[in-house]
Amino acid sequence: MANYSTNEFKSGLKVMLEGDPCSILENEYVKPGKGQAFNRVKLRNLNTGRVWERTFKSGESLEGADVMEYDMEYLYTDGEFWHFMSTDGSFEQHAADEKAVGETVKWLKEQETYAVTLFNGSPISVTPPNFIVLEVTETDPGLKGDTAQGGSKPATLTTGAMVRVPLFVNIGDNLKIDTRTGDYVSRA
Amino acid sequence: MSLDKDLWCPSASIENLRLRAELLKQVRNFFDECGVLEVQTPVLGRAGSTDAYLNSMTSHCSGGGVSEPLDLYLQTSPEFHMKRLLAAGSGAIWQLAISFRNGEYSERHNPEFAMLEWYQPGYDLNDLMAEVQSLISEVLEVDNFSCQSYRSLFRAHLDVDPFSSELSELQALSHTKTGITADDLDRDGCCDLLMSACIEPLLGRDEITFVIDYPASQAALAKVKQDYEGDLVAARFECYYRGIELANGYHELTDAEEQAKRFAADNEQRRELGLPEVAADQHLVNALASGIPECAGVALGFDRLLMLKAGADRLSDVISFSIDRA
Repeated sequence: MANYSTNEFKSGLKVMLEGDPCSILENEYVKPGKGQAFNRVKLRNLNTGRVWERTFKSGESLEGADVMEYDMEYLYTDGEFWHFMSTDGSFEQHAADEKAVGETVKWLKEQETYAVTLFNGSPISVTPPNFIVLEVTETDPGLKGDTAQGGSKPATLTTGAMVRVPLFVNIGDNLKIDTRTGDYVSRA
Repeated sequence: MSLDKDLWCPSASIENLRLRAELLKQVRNFFDECGVLEVQTPVLGRAGSTDAYLNSMTSHCSGGGVSEPLDLYLQTSPEFHMKRLLAAGSGAIWQLAISFRNGEYSERHNPEFAMLEWYQPGYDLNDLMAEVQSLISEVLEVDNFSCQSYRSLFRAHLDVDPFSSELSELQALSHTKTGITADDLDRDGCCDLLMSACIEPLLGRDEITFVIDYPASQAALAKVKQDYEGDLVAARFECYYRGIELANGYHELTDAEEQAKRFAADNEQRRELGLPEVAADQHLVNALASGIPECAGVALGFDRLLMLKAGADRLSDVISFSIDRA
């Protein structure tokens, strides 16, 4: 991979830092009227999701990271890996481990499309679409006619995710969920 | 940079541009009342700033009546030409000079900016600080000022001494404070970093703060003297308000030989850093040799002063078209 100088740092650039692939979030140029210039950089460690703050001498370089994001369809899990297939027509398949899938495991639905980040060809993270439709498998019986606001109850979805839903929701209903917050949006 | 459809618009509001015109009028009145002569000097010069941490932009002049093609530097400040005027007997002078510093682009920098620079023969650093204070208090309507030495700031905020602490201690502190790999930072590098990362943001919160007695290695074009602890310091001040560096003043170096030495030392440092050398200004050295009055001079960031006056967060809010729209 190419090296990138601090002059080329911008939001979204992927670089290697302390052995981990990182995505640059912010790059602030700091320069006193007299004296040396520095770049104060915020990076997200793509392996851990943690945000790092580091300062570099202006002009210093970091190695680029071979990180690409692809749209992939979720196929199935064999218990150890979760299998995805590229939607770009190549039908290329990739197996993501538990660490890469992380919290997204509770939003995984067959035939749905996810953003899969590959580092050196292997998945390191899987991001769900912002909204996803899932079926209710378990919840207390719905109160007929109670469509007014006020009151909620827990419901379990096909993926195993637990969400708070209004009292009128029944087993078998399809619900639209915001995956960023885990909140119920509407019946689908 | 992508050509966005909205980039034809100015980066500053028309209201801020009105404020800019007002500020310029105010500044002009200020110097008029002090009897300081307004001058204009060339933006282009055969020589540039040799300072290793200032990058000049260059331009080319040829054809027409110019029989010998010329490579010219765009000024990083109007200092050299103004000092030549002083040596020629101009007396006190000021100007608002468009200056250029390659690569300096951030919320507080624009590669092309307006520098308010003035020189006062017969002034020492204290006289000049008093004058800077009266201009700034008039413009920003602030009455509180303080003055602290570079050393006392490091002692108070970081518990180290920029002159006497071990380099390894300064490097370790730089690393813990900012996450930088500090092994190859020298003393000035560590101090620059600690100053801008840990001290500057705290300076001038409710008052205008002058910082004095910088290490002699950071003298640039200022005279050097001994401080009360016997260390060599630069006769130089910086002025901060709300964490923003506003002005940099010197009791000016008038010794031609010392000036030539500093130019050579700068270029030596440039070679070590793998930077291109910059043609030193022989005219300035000759002007100093012919005799220049003892004087103090200061460069004040006009755009930054306006930014503070307007309560703006970014320099681009007070510049008609910042570099991304130029």
